[in-house]
Amino acid sequence: MPKNNITTILLGGEAGDGVKEAGISFSKLLLEVGQKLFISFEYPSLIRGGHNSCSLSFSNEKVFNNLNELDIIIAFNKETAELHKKELKKEGIIIIDSDKPVTSKNYLSLPMSEFTKKQNAHHLARTSVALGALAYYFSLPLNKLEKVFKESFKNKVKDNIILARQGFKYAEKNNWPQMKIKAGKKGSSRLIDGNQAFAEGMISAGLENYIAYPMTPATSILHFLAQYKDKYKIKVIQPENEIAAAIMAIGASYAGKRAAVGTSGGGFALMQESFSLAGITEIPFVAVISQRPGPATGVPTGTGQADLAMLKNAGHGEFPLVVLAPGNAEESYEAGTQALNLAWQFQIPVLILLDKHLSESITSVNLKQNKKINKGKLANLKQKEYKRYAFSKDGISPMAFPGTKGLVVKNNSYEHDEQGIVTEDSVVVKKMFDKRFKKMPLIAREINSQNPLKVYGNKKANNAVVFWGSTKGAVLEALRNVKKSIKAIQIISMEPFPDKKFVNELKQVKKIIIVEGNATGQLASLIREKTGIKIKQKILQYDSKPFDPNILVGKINKELAK
Amino acid sequence: MKLNTNAKVTWCPGCPNFGILAAFKNSINDLVKAKEIKSEDLTIFSGIGCHGKITEYLNLNTFTSLHGRAIPLALGTKIANPKLKAIAFVGDGDVYAEGLDHLIHAAKKNADVTVIVHNNQVFALTTGQFTPTSPKGLKSKSSPQGSIEEPLDPLALTLSAGASFVARSYALEIEKTKKIITAAIQHKGFSFVEIIQPCITFYDTREILKNKIEWLDKKYKTNNFYDAFNKISKSKNKMLLGIFYQVKKPIFEDEV
Repeated sequence: MPKNNITTILLGGEAGDGVKEAGISFSKLLLEVGQKLFISFEYPSLIRGGHNSCSLSFSNEKVFNNLNELDIIIAFNKETAELHKKELKKEGIIIIDSDKPVTSKNYLSLPMSEFTKKQNAHHLARTSVALGALAYYFSLPLNKLEKVFKESFKNKVKDNIILARQGFKYAEKNNWPQMKIKAGKKGSSRLIDGNQAFAEGMISAGLENYIAYPMTPATSILHFLAQYKDKYKIKVIQPENEIAAAIMAIGASYAGKRAAVGTSGGGFALMQESFSLAGITEIPFVAVISQRPGPATGVPTGTGQADLAMLKNAGHGEFPLVVLAPGNAEESYEAGTQALNLAWQFQIPVLILLDKHLSESITSVNLKQNKKINKGKLANLKQKEYKRYAFSKDGISPMAFPGTKGLVVKNNSYEHDEQGIVTEDSVVVKKMFDKRFKKMPLIAREINSQNPLKVYGNKKANNAVVFWGSTKGAVLEALRNVKKSIKAIQIISMEPFPDKKFVNELKQVKKIIIVEGNATGQLASLIREKTGIKIKQKILQYDSKPFDPNILVGKINKELAK
Repeated sequence: MKLNTNAKVTWCPGCPNFGILAAFKNSINDLVKAKEIKSEDLTIFSGIGCHGKITEYLNLNTFTSLHGRAIPLALGTKIANPKLKAIAFVGDGDVYAEGLDHLIHAAKKNADVTVIVHNNQVFALTTGQFTPTSPKGLKSKSSPQGSIEEPLDPLALTLSAGASFVARSYALEIEKTKKIITAAIQHKGFSFVEIIQPCITFYDTREILKNKIEWLDKKYKTNNFYDAFNKISKSKNKMLLGIFYQVKKPIFEDEV
C-alpha cells in the first residue's frame, strides 16, 4: 500500500467546552476541500469537567485510522497541553487560550476567551476563534468555514463567524506559520460514525421497530433513530431494561414487523435468555452489540474487543445464529442491511459486533441508502392448514402473522411440534432440532457470497496479519509502513466461520500474526476451534484504547523479525 | 367457534385453572359473536408455570414465552401492530417475582394490553415453593420453617403504577370471572385482572376462601383512584372481588 501523508490535529478541553462540535465543524471544512478523514473521540464517563479530546487525522488519501502522533494541539484548557504534549511531533505546535504571548518552543497563544468575552458571545463560541486561526494555518478560505457554520448553527451563527474572523486575523497579524493542504480528489461526500451507518443500514433493510435501553457506546443508534423516527416511520421504544427490549423486539417480529435492539456487552448479557427464545421460536431477531472494555462496568467510554467469545456462544441451548463483525462505517452500514435480511430470510437471531472505536469514530465516506429488503419465506394463505413449524426441505417454515383470517400462529418457547404445541416426544424433539440446523449450510452459503472475510496487502505474501472489527483501521494504516511483504486478513463473519476461505488464504503463509483488542486472543481461539490452526504470534491490546497505527507497525515488524 | 386444540391437558384433575380457561373461552365466544373482536386478531401470551399451559389449549394465535416475560412480549406485539388484541396470562411467581418490573412498566405505559394473573400463592409446577403472594408463615419445600416475608399487594401496586383497569376475581366463579375478563378486554388501556386460584395440590385455600370472598357492592363507583385504593387496602381480611378501578387514559401505542 502506498505511503500516506497524514496530518493530525487534537482538540482538547473540559466536557462542556464544545470540543466534539468544533472538531466536526473543522472536519466539514476539510471535507469541502477534498480531504479524507478519520476522527476519534476520547471522553470520561461524566457530564461536566474531566478531559475530552477529539483527534482528527486527514490526508488527500483515504485515512483508515487516526494517528496518535500530533501535528497540532488546540488546548482549550491547560490540562490538554500537559496531557498531550508528549504526543506532539518535534516540529508540531500547541495553540493555547491566552492573551499573553508565549515564548516556549512549539507554543502559540491565541486570545480565544478574551475575544469571546469582548464579543459578549456564549462561552461555547470560543472554539470558533481557534477554527478561524486553524483555517489561516492551513491556508483555507474563511468563507468555506463560514458556510460550515451556517449549516451547523443555522440562525445562531453570527458570533461564530465574527470570532472565526478574529482568530484568522490574529494568526495573520502575528505571522503564524502556514502550510498548504494537498488537494484531494472530490469523492467522500459525507461524515458518518459507525453507529449512524449501522442505523442507516437497518433502515435500508426496512427497519420498523427499534427498542433499546441506553448503554454506551450503542446509545447513539437510539438517539439517531429517535430523532428521525417520523421521517423513516420507525417506532422507537426505550423500555425498562434490556430484557424487556429483547422480548419486545421478539413480540414485534411475531406481529410481522422488522425489529432490532442495541446495547453493549453488559446489556447483551441480560438478553441471553431472550436470545435463546428467538432461537427456538425461529423469530427473526437482530441485536447490535457495541463493545466496551469489561468485565462488568469496566471502562464505559473506552474501546475493546472482548465480547466475541460471549456472542458466538450466545444463549443457552443450541440453535443456528449469525455473528458479524464489521470493521468500518461502510461495513457497518452493510451489516445493518445484512442483519435484518438474514434474520428474516432464515428466521434466526443475528448479532452484530461493533465497538466504541467503530461506533463513535467519524469517517468520510460515500454512503447512499439503497433499499434492499428480503421478506423471507411467507405462507401461502390459500392452503387449508397452517403450521408455524412445518417441516420442509430447507428447514425454513413459511411465516404467517397474527391477524390473518383463517389461521392461527402458535409460537412456543418449549420444544414443540409442527403446530407449535409443546412436545416431550424424543422423536419430535430431535426432528425439530434437525429442522433448525438444516438452515445452517444455507446460511453459510448465503454469507459466503457476501464477503465473510477480506484480504488486503500483498496477496501472495508469506506473512499474514489476521484481525477483526475496528482494528481494521489501524492495521490497514500500519500496512503502509510494514517492512516485509505482508497480507492482511479481516474476518467479518464469525458465525458461520468462513473456514475454507480462511485456510485457502493461508496456504502460502509461513508466519501468522493476530491483532486483537482483548487479553486472551478470542479470534485466535475461534480460528483454532474452526480450523485447527494455532496462531502463536499475538499482538493484543486491552488498555481501553484503540490501536495506534504507528505503534502497531513497530509491533508487527518485531513479530516478523522473530 | 372451535377454541380447543389437540394438545393433551396436563393440569391436575379439578384444578381451578379449568375455571379460568372456561371463563376465558366463554368471554371470547361472546365477544366474537357480538363482533366486538375478530378471533384472528387475538394474540394470547403466557409465561411459564401451570398457568402457562393455557396457550396450548386455545386454538388462537398464541406465544408461550419465558418465565416472567409474557407482558413485554404482548407489548412488543401490540405496539408493532396496534390492530391486534393482546392478552397475557401470567402466574403469581411468574409476574410478581421474575417479571415484576415488566408489570409495573406496562401499567405505567398504559398500553392496551390485558393481563390475567393466575394467583395460586405458590410455585406449583416446581412442586410448591413460596411466591411473593404467599402468606407469611407458609410452610413450603423452600420454607420448611414457614415463609418469613409479608406478601405483596399486587392490586395496590398495579393501581399505583398507573393501570387504568384493576380487578380481582375467583377462579371457581366462572360466570363472574367471565364478565370481568370481558370488561377487561373491552377496556382501552392497560387492564389488570387478578384471579384467585386455589392450588388443590400444593396450597388448597378453597375452605378458607369460602368465608373470605365478598363481591364489591353494585353501587360502588369505579372511577375514583382513592376509593379504589381504600377498597383494596380494606380488603386485607376479606377477599374483595370485582372491578376496583376503571378510567380512560391516553394509550401508549397511539402515541409512540
